[in-house]
Amino acid sequence: MESVTPAASLEKTPLNAAHRKLGARMVDFGGWDMPVEYSGIIAEHLAVRRGVGVFDVSHMGEIEIRGPQALALVESVTSNAAASLKDGQAHYSGLLYPNGGFVDDILVHRIAANHYFLCVNAGNQRKDHEWIVSQNHFDAEVEYASEKYVQIAIQGPRGLATLSRLTRTDLASIRYYWFRRGEVSGAPAIIARTGYTGEDGFEIYVPPEEGERIWNAVLEAGKDDGILPCGLGARNTLRLESAMALYGHEISESITPYEANLGWIVKLDKGDFVGRDALVQQKKEGVKRRIAGFEMRGRGIGRDGYRVFAGGEDRGWVTSGSPSPLLQKNIGLCMLPVADAAEGRPVEILIRERRVEAETVPTPFYQRKK
Amino acid sequence: MYPKEYRYTKKHEWILVDGDTGLVGITDHAQEQLGDVVYVELPKIGAKLQAMQSFGTIESVKAVSDLYSPMSGEVTEINDALVDAPETLNKSPHTEGWLVRLKLSDKSESEKLLSADEYQQFLASESES
Repeated sequence: MESVTPAASLEKTPLNAAHRKLGARMVDFGGWDMPVEYSGIIAEHLAVRRGVGVFDVSHMGEIEIRGPQALALVESVTSNAAASLKDGQAHYSGLLYPNGGFVDDILVHRIAANHYFLCVNAGNQRKDHEWIVSQNHFDAEVEYASEKYVQIAIQGPRGLATLSRLTRTDLASIRYYWFRRGEVSGAPAIIARTGYTGEDGFEIYVPPEEGERIWNAVLEAGKDDGILPCGLGARNTLRLESAMALYGHEISESITPYEANLGWIVKLDKGDFVGRDALVQQKKEGVKRRIAGFEMRGRGIGRDGYRVFAGGEDRGWVTSGSPSPLLQKNIGLCMLPVADAAEGRPVEILIRERRVEAETVPTPFYQRKK
Repeated sequence: MYPKEYRYTKKHEWILVDGDTGLVGITDHAQEQLGDVVYVELPKIGAKLQAMQSFGTIESVKAVSDLYSPMSGEVTEINDALVDAPETLNKSPHTEGWLVRLKLSDKSESEKLLSADEYQQFLASESES
């Protein structure tokens, strides 16, 4: 057993003390001192699938774009069609380099025609901000707004019931991937019906000084719904069961949306945007590799970075692999040449110098009943 | 918490020496650090283990860790029940969650290991750093 002691100079969210009070196990997550688990990844995972869980996701970044040409800038730097968003609507999108690889994957919220709110990955936020500023040839203002928000995710089939106890905002009328500006526990909040768990739920953005009070209020409000505070461990297993991409794993600066099965966030006909030319070319030629799902058949867990063999040859790598707490199988995503990525094919994962049988399978591994 | 009659390593394993046999497991601190244990890979009976060399693997949902043997010896028994119920390692790391039984090749090796008090002092010093 080797143990790891986290370094001291990590970034902290305003909820750091609250996590420690709850007895969370803290880890260094890309330079952030974050809770990986409280009661245990499996219990937390199942709370979200069956009841409700609450996550501190304040390490995520926010970038706000304002001005008469805010939309023109957003359209120019993202791959999805931001022009089709209405006030109060959000979508998943790609912030791309000219080569079609990802600067980051982001959520774009349209607050108003001249005001867009971007939610971006923790480890990429400064890079994203610099990138968007460098691409700003428009009459628009780009604000690095991460310090203005605590972001809390309330996820699971009971999430609506839990959050409803803390707000007069009519949550049931907020549709999936829409949001509203309202209040939570008396504090101003952006309340979005979004998430990264494959479950129904909400992500709220509240003032940092109100963060700990609201976090505690959510835990209290969800008591009868079986709420558990959830860490990044469960966040990862939940998103993996739902086959949602994680930056640095399924997507990166050298992996394009098409290769990550994310063609639906690429709108080639919307007009020019950064990365479009490369994607037009890739679409014409067809992708040579792509992300595929796999399940272990032999005994072992295919983990991130392990090599994947097909037809006896080293053909790719595991991008994310883990036991699935809900399905009680060992699952994962991997990058393979298109010919090997078809469903139902035998592959092998190299686990500690031993090739263990697996099979490519359809994704997502889990889909909630609507 | 940490049985007095056990000896401990700084890699968070314990051994209970009884005559020329030793029962080996991981400590409560180890299981707590790992989180939910989901997979255990143990050596075969008859395998010869060297003190402080890796003899198997333990995996939680999140992490993979090597297992190190506190002392040298030949594996005479393995805890098969862990294959189907690896969570036993979380519930009962010091008793039911034992990993292997060894026929010890050098009993004097136990002198280099930590007592329960020394191990707990080591844990305290680790959490301060």
